[in-house]
Amino acid sequence: MMIFLDNLINGLSLGSIYAIIALGYTMVYGIAKMLNFAHGDIIMVGAYIAFCGLQYWNLPPVVAMLMAMVVCTLLGITIEGLAYRPLRQATSLAVLITAIGMSYLLQNLALMIWGANPKSFPGTFINSFTLHLGRLTISSATLITILANVVIMIALTLFTSRTKIGKAMRCVSEDRGAAQLMGINVNRTISITFAIGSALAAVAGVLLCSSYPILQPTTGSMPGIKAFTAAVFGGIGSIPGAMLGGILLGVIEIFGKAYISTALGDAIVFAVLIIVLLVKPTGLLGKPVREKV
Amino acid sequence: MKKLLALVLAMVMTLTVCAAVAEEETVTLKIAHIGPTTGPAALYGLATLHGAELAAKEINEAGGKYRIELIAEDDEHNPEKVINAYNKVLDDGAQMILGTTTSKPCEAASAQGYVDRVFFLTPSASSTAVIEDKDNAFQVCFTDPNQGAASAEYIASHKLGTKIAIIYNDSDVYSTGIRDSFVAKAAELSLEIVSETSFSTDDNADFTVQVADAQNAGADLVFLPMYYTPASNILNTAAAKNYKPVFFGVDGMDGILGVEGFDTSLAEGVMLLTPFVATSEDEKVVSFVTKYREAYNEDPIQFAADAYDGIYILVEAAEKAGITSEMKFDEVCDPMIAAMQEISYEGLTGAMTWDESGAVTKTPMAATIINGIYVFED
Amino acid sequence: MTKAKKKHLIYNLVIFALVIGAYVLLQNMIAAKTITRSLKGQLIPICAWIIMAVSLNLVIGFSGELSLGHAGFMSVGAYTGAVISGWLLNAFAMENTGLRLAIAILAAGLIAGIIGLLIGIPVLRLRGDYLAIVTLAFGEIIRNLVNVLYIGTANGKLYFSFLSKDLPADVTILVDGAKGAVKIKPISTFTAGFILVMITLIVVLNLVNSRTGRAIQATRDNRIAAESMGISVTRHKMIAFVTGAVLAGMAGALYGLNASTVIPTQFTFNQSINVLVFVVLGGLGNVLGSIISATFLTILPELLREFADYRMLVYAVVLILVMIFTNNPVIRSVFMRMFSPVRRLFRGRESQQGGEAA
Repeated sequence: MMIFLDNLINGLSLGSIYAIIALGYTMVYGIAKMLNFAHGDIIMVGAYIAFCGLQYWNLPPVVAMLMAMVVCTLLGITIEGLAYRPLRQATSLAVLITAIGMSYLLQNLALMIWGANPKSFPGTFINSFTLHLGRLTISSATLITILANVVIMIALTLFTSRTKIGKAMRCVSEDRGAAQLMGINVNRTISITFAIGSALAAVAGVLLCSSYPILQPTTGSMPGIKAFTAAVFGGIGSIPGAMLGGILLGVIEIFGKAYISTALGDAIVFAVLIIVLLVKPTGLLGKPVREKV
Repeated sequence: MKKLLALVLAMVMTLTVCAAVAEEETVTLKIAHIGPTTGPAALYGLATLHGAELAAKEINEAGGKYRIELIAEDDEHNPEKVINAYNKVLDDGAQMILGTTTSKPCEAASAQGYVDRVFFLTPSASSTAVIEDKDNAFQVCFTDPNQGAASAEYIASHKLGTKIAIIYNDSDVYSTGIRDSFVAKAAELSLEIVSETSFSTDDNADFTVQVADAQNAGADLVFLPMYYTPASNILNTAAAKNYKPVFFGVDGMDGILGVEGFDTSLAEGVMLLTPFVATSEDEKVVSFVTKYREAYNEDPIQFAADAYDGIYILVEAAEKAGITSEMKFDEVCDPMIAAMQEISYEGLTGAMTWDESGAVTKTPMAATIINGIYVFED
Repeated sequence: MTKAKKKHLIYNLVIFALVIGAYVLLQNMIAAKTITRSLKGQLIPICAWIIMAVSLNLVIGFSGELSLGHAGFMSVGAYTGAVISGWLLNAFAMENTGLRLAIAILAAGLIAGIIGLLIGIPVLRLRGDYLAIVTLAFGEIIRNLVNVLYIGTANGKLYFSFLSKDLPADVTILVDGAKGAVKIKPISTFTAGFILVMITLIVVLNLVNSRTGRAIQATRDNRIAAESMGISVTRHKMIAFVTGAVLAGMAGALYGLNASTVIPTQFTFNQSINVLVFVVLGGLGNVLGSIISATFLTILPELLREFADYRMLVYAVVLILVMIFTNNPVIRSVFMRMFSPVRRLFRGRESQQGGEAA
């Protein structure tokens, strides 16, 4: 039983990280209708910036994290403006390939700036204590990650349903043409979406590296793909869906490894994904799309 | 006056002759370095490249008989690209190859080299497949089975643990190779393996399951045949779970103390078998590490030391084989193969000799990390 | 012969003429020894990547389904090819490399086709990005499974083992888990690669210009309209998907038998993406474009070796710029105006031929 609970907590912790990354994916997808494959690499950049703040400039953790968020926000807006905006009218595949190119670019820039040697993310306020409940240990990183996840989800939901910009985002996601006709600045709305998504990526980067401290130029790619899977799992475009998908994916991954085989962890995750999509083709919380003839 | 003139003339002539002789005697070796300098394995390829560059610079500055011209190409740690890099360096006139850095690409390249007659000395590709069935490939590093068996023997003879857990990388040739021979040797020595779990390179972030499995099985020693990057994550996870067995690593573990930002207290008590550690007090090592830090602003890992030795070994073998600047790669190959089996070399990674299989004979040393530095045992 | 048929015929003949011309030119260069080792070494991989790109184009460009797991089929083909070739050598001491290669490639196509069929049944029920993610998932599952697969051969028999290496002691190991397919005897030749490219082109071009091919394109353009015309969407998408898988499997065998070793990590999601880049850059539904971009993008990183470690950086920038330049309407029209004489020439020829099939 203890082992089961232990695995469950580990799964929740991993899943929460997937969920935060998936939130960024899902927002960008919902509004800009593009798969931003460079999202995982923005996470990596965020983690490196925070690392520099903590390690080289001895900044307080909160300041380092804010700095990472600012840099990533600017980076997100720049990438969107330079690479994605010129392709607004192009096919989704053209944008996808551009995003992939951007992902290569960020990874190679990071290799050049920070070198190939891995860095170990310093223990921060996030790793300050450990709860012991009998044989069960819960690290503060786990608690903070789960908590941050809930806070971010609630904030995002409120933001998209209550604020003017949030409503504009939903309009753009519903029908870009109509939104433009209603006087919504589509380009600005998409820029803001990228800004928020990238800021979230910075948070995710700090949380990811606090739990799994090794930082390399490729750190973001696999979590990025897993989070993308999580976003689809929960129904891409849906904020609660990304949250649910991320957490489920983390739990399934840990349980698959613990109870079936560590060698087949990924195969199990993807097999479950396929089964879910066959039963519910638009993901767990995705809206069924009705086709018009 | 005439005498003086004659003397001057004689001197001038002697000098000219001397100069001519010196001119003739300088041999330029065109050595190609192939390794991943971009992509996920760039860390290892850059380390071997830097080590090789440092050695080449030293040799060229010392101004002896040999000059080194280093041709470096990237293989992206990919068995297809490595063939491109290999063909490129031969197009560019390379006579022999220091490489390739990683096992699987090296296996592909040395097999092609066997057909084309190209001499390979790999600093760090440690799988047996690299040298098996080919006479043209030699290694500076240990082969994987050698390390696995040596680790099991060391653990058994020093009674370091009774219940052993293994965590290994199932998508990595190096890790699975050591794991296989360790398991075989452990069975022979009746060491009890209570937990065996794996991970793959693609998801090497989360180790909670693997560590928990070892902990729940009550393992008192965890064997980690892997590179230091995932190992440092495992140490972190174990610390978070308050699990303190003996961690036993292999040569890939070296470098863990040099990771920027790593809390070295986590590695307290970690043991490893390795031929090289950067904190050694050996004179040669100290000089190498100092120069390396100056040039690249980081601590060298074992890969760099292997490649540094590799260049010197190539020069020594080339001297024995009588290689000249004009020889083509296929003329160089067979004399080099013969010379390699005759020479012995004492380098940063110990005293080395080679047999015809291409495998190196040298002694690994067991080190324990105490207070953030390596302490050697006998 | 109708005008449309004639148009297709000319388009197809141009492609065949270009491919044959390139082959003859290269063979002459090889015979005259004027070719660099570096280029010569890339010829077989280029053939394999061309087949991969053309077959993926069939799935994405003609049937309109975004597949992100194409490298999975290549992996199946490479492994099957290596195993069959090793087995033939062991069981029948078949020294004739040409025959062995042919059998290995056919077997690889067959196995990849069967797996394509099994995957296609559930996958093709989905659409759009969901289909993309499921093909990605299958690609990753295939990679994960071959990572723990062990195959050996002895006395003409094949031995299989999964998850742990339970093989009799006297077998010759063919597939060794994470170490991949080992000790392959390289038997692929450039001529074999060329023949396979020609077969691929004949199959794909005939398919897309046939009644079935038009049905496949109809399901891409408007699924509902096609369905109401009585075209079975699933069946036609399946034909494209399985044909693509068979061809990818054959390309895999060609590719695998060119090297002495193949590992699972060569066929990851990233490799699928690479092939996707070939297809998108060459143009969806444009077979000639796929051939050119697969060739160009395989050689490009080699040409960029002068940039040393900035190589992949330059590659990324080139990729982004090319996508922007070819897809942004404003930039494209500026570009076109700059080259208006060329454009006029181009247009003149186009109107003679009447817009191309793509």
